[in-house]
Amino acid sequence: MNTMMGVILTGAKNNRLKELSLERSIAAVPVGGKYRAIDFVLSNMVNSGIRNIGVLTQYNYRSLMDHLGSGKEWDLDRKNKGLFIFPPYLSEYGTGWYKGSADAMYSNLSFFQRSDEEYVLIGHGYAIYNMDFEPMLEQHIQTGADITIACRDMSDISAEDQKMLGMVELNDEGRITDFKEKSINPKSNIGSMGVYILRRTFLIELLQDSAAKGLTDFVYDIIIRQTDNLKIYAYMFNGYWRPLNSIQLYYRTNMELLNPKVRQELLMDRRKIYTKVKDEPPAKYNEEANVHNSIVADGCIIEGTVENSILFRGVRVMKGAVIKNSLILQGTTVERNAQLNYCILDKGVTITEGKSLNGDVEWPLIVGKNVKV
Amino acid sequence: MIRKEIVALILAGGQGSRLGVLTQNVAKPAILYGGKYRIIDFTLSNCINSGIDTVGVLTQYQPLQLNSHIGIGKPWDLDRVNGGVTILAPYMKTEKGEWYSGTADAVYQNIHYVDEMSAKYVIILSGDHIYKMNYSHMLAFHKKNRADATISVINVPLEEASRYGIMNTHDDGRIYEFEEKPEKPKSTLASMGIYIFTWDVLREYLVNDHYKASSHHDFGKNIIPGMLADNRKLMAYKFEGYWRDVGTIRAYWQSNMDLIELIPEFNLFDPNWKIFTPNPVYPAHFVGDSGKIEKSIIAEGCMIYGTVRRSIIFPGVVINAGTVVEDSIIMSDSLIGSNTEIYTTIIGETSVIGNNVKCGVGEFAVNEYNPKVYDSGITVIGSNTVIPNNTVLGKNVVIDNYVTPHDFDTNNIPSGGYLIKGGDKK
Repeated sequence: MNTMMGVILTGAKNNRLKELSLERSIAAVPVGGKYRAIDFVLSNMVNSGIRNIGVLTQYNYRSLMDHLGSGKEWDLDRKNKGLFIFPPYLSEYGTGWYKGSADAMYSNLSFFQRSDEEYVLIGHGYAIYNMDFEPMLEQHIQTGADITIACRDMSDISAEDQKMLGMVELNDEGRITDFKEKSINPKSNIGSMGVYILRRTFLIELLQDSAAKGLTDFVYDIIIRQTDNLKIYAYMFNGYWRPLNSIQLYYRTNMELLNPKVRQELLMDRRKIYTKVKDEPPAKYNEEANVHNSIVADGCIIEGTVENSILFRGVRVMKGAVIKNSLILQGTTVERNAQLNYCILDKGVTITEGKSLNGDVEWPLIVGKNVKV
Repeated sequence: MIRKEIVALILAGGQGSRLGVLTQNVAKPAILYGGKYRIIDFTLSNCINSGIDTVGVLTQYQPLQLNSHIGIGKPWDLDRVNGGVTILAPYMKTEKGEWYSGTADAVYQNIHYVDEMSAKYVIILSGDHIYKMNYSHMLAFHKKNRADATISVINVPLEEASRYGIMNTHDDGRIYEFEEKPEKPKSTLASMGIYIFTWDVLREYLVNDHYKASSHHDFGKNIIPGMLADNRKLMAYKFEGYWRDVGTIRAYWQSNMDLIELIPEFNLFDPNWKIFTPNPVYPAHFVGDSGKIEKSIIAEGCMIYGTVRRSIIFPGVVINAGTVVEDSIIMSDSLIGSNTEIYTTIIGETSVIGNNVKCGVGEFAVNEYNPKVYDSGITVIGSNTVIPNNTVLGKNVVIDNYVTPHDFDTNNIPSGGYLIKGGDKK
């Protein structure tokens, strides 16, 4: 598809993921044993034939840069187009930091001006889903919409978490008649997935117009303000989609990967999810290993018990250790006879011999990066 | 062109004929090993980990798999502007095309490759051994001794020494005699088929050897004895550590099984000596509620709902519920049905084993197809093969590659039996 380029927004600062997002942007949060959140939108774009992709970064973007590298895992290390990363920069006209999503794109307007694709797909780095964007573009062209927004029925996301989303109202034709960001009492269950398609030249116009008025946010200042003036259509997506907006959603999304249906749709599909490779050897199970209903990544060595959990790459579970209902991130060691239940251990954590940590299904206990307990 | 101090040449043309159906469609260096790797990955990773960034891979037998595996050398960081990896296949000359007629001939035919790199030294490696070795230490040893050739040797038990090429050395490590498979070995230092030569010296010997009609054009048979006869300085470099030539089905199986020991002699987990290979795009593996895994290696993309004991499972394998796999090697993307029993069996890539199948059961019997190759009691099932539901296979059975259910005229192949497409007994 040489008709559409992609932009991924990763900038918004929030600490909804607590310790997990202290030192990394949400797009760089580890998911599902070997992925980072951004792998999903990026792979979706590549699998939909998009070959010209810009990533706009702002907060804590070092780990993201490190993860994306030259884009070779996504086949985006190209001479012609490929992957571009746009951290904020100082110029004669600006202070550097992006003031919002529209400002971030406006600050890199030349990226849009120099590209030659007819359409732009804007996505975010915080959501976990496997989606083909081509039918969405087809619908966009066929309806003659100014902007098409990917939407879905958000009933499978808790009311509390729905409050973080943009909720929409549609008329019979699927045109969006009302869009409310972070609404307290949404009138429908249809929510925006934060994925937009519009004509590239039209986006440039909108961005220039907003900038002239001192407006900086794509959703508040462009979509919401102009819901009545513009033909904004919803593209309904029926698949699995989870935004990593809270610790509860982060934990739940990871745990849902233990469900074969979710895993099949997200990870075992013909449209594969790509990620940075680490050259770890395959996982090794020793004699006392006892693993059930769990995901285990390469480089793990297991001698203990693991149930309903996800072990990311290079985790060591020593003899007598018992891990239940937990997410154990890369390179963490759980020593002999330690017990974990409902815990999220960040990278490089050590749980020393015999320690016992217990969280709750609604409030898993989080241990920050490189901490020794 | 930046001058390269040392260039590596990997001899990867070997068929590995004693590996039977496993090497029918791939060269021995391309056989899967250890749950993720192909055998040549060890030599390639040794090169890059030793700082050698110019590597020629000499292919001949069934090179397709090997070529696509190596590609432009990305997984080993060998995609270089200067040097990198180059596949050196036999090619047409002005008058005629020639196959590589021996190890020395293979190098002779690629003299211009080494010349072009202006290399001072050349290291000749074999692509079908499992080991980790820092070649830069061996090169330092070669330079320190101002040797013409340095041969890496390993101590083998005296009773096995007659199976190897044995180096007889003085106390200082200088080789005075080389004996190929001696009946009465004088030493236990076996050649590992790893040679460092000072290029100018080797070049001269290769050219002379090329014109000798009686020569086998082989390093062990011709080049090394020739250098010794000329009183050249040949040094033995002692290697200590894990080194296996997995030339037989038993040795291949055993070397895989060595990896699942509690503290394996051969450690794949060393962060300072990683073994590189193309990474398949798979999610982390999943162990179901009914899954049970003991003392095994499980790769990415697997889904384990059955019981796995003492086995090596490659990427993308599915093992269904009620199934037991013991002491076996299952290669990439194979599917094992439910309520099936698999004991001491090697299963090739992308094969399907049906439900209620039994593999590797009964008493040992001599293989009727090729007792020289299939002598270990291990049942071997080729790649892309389908074993129908309710089939029983005994021990020491061999099933060909690309077998379909139509090829079976019985659902019971007792120990020592075989199913080879269009094949008669050997």
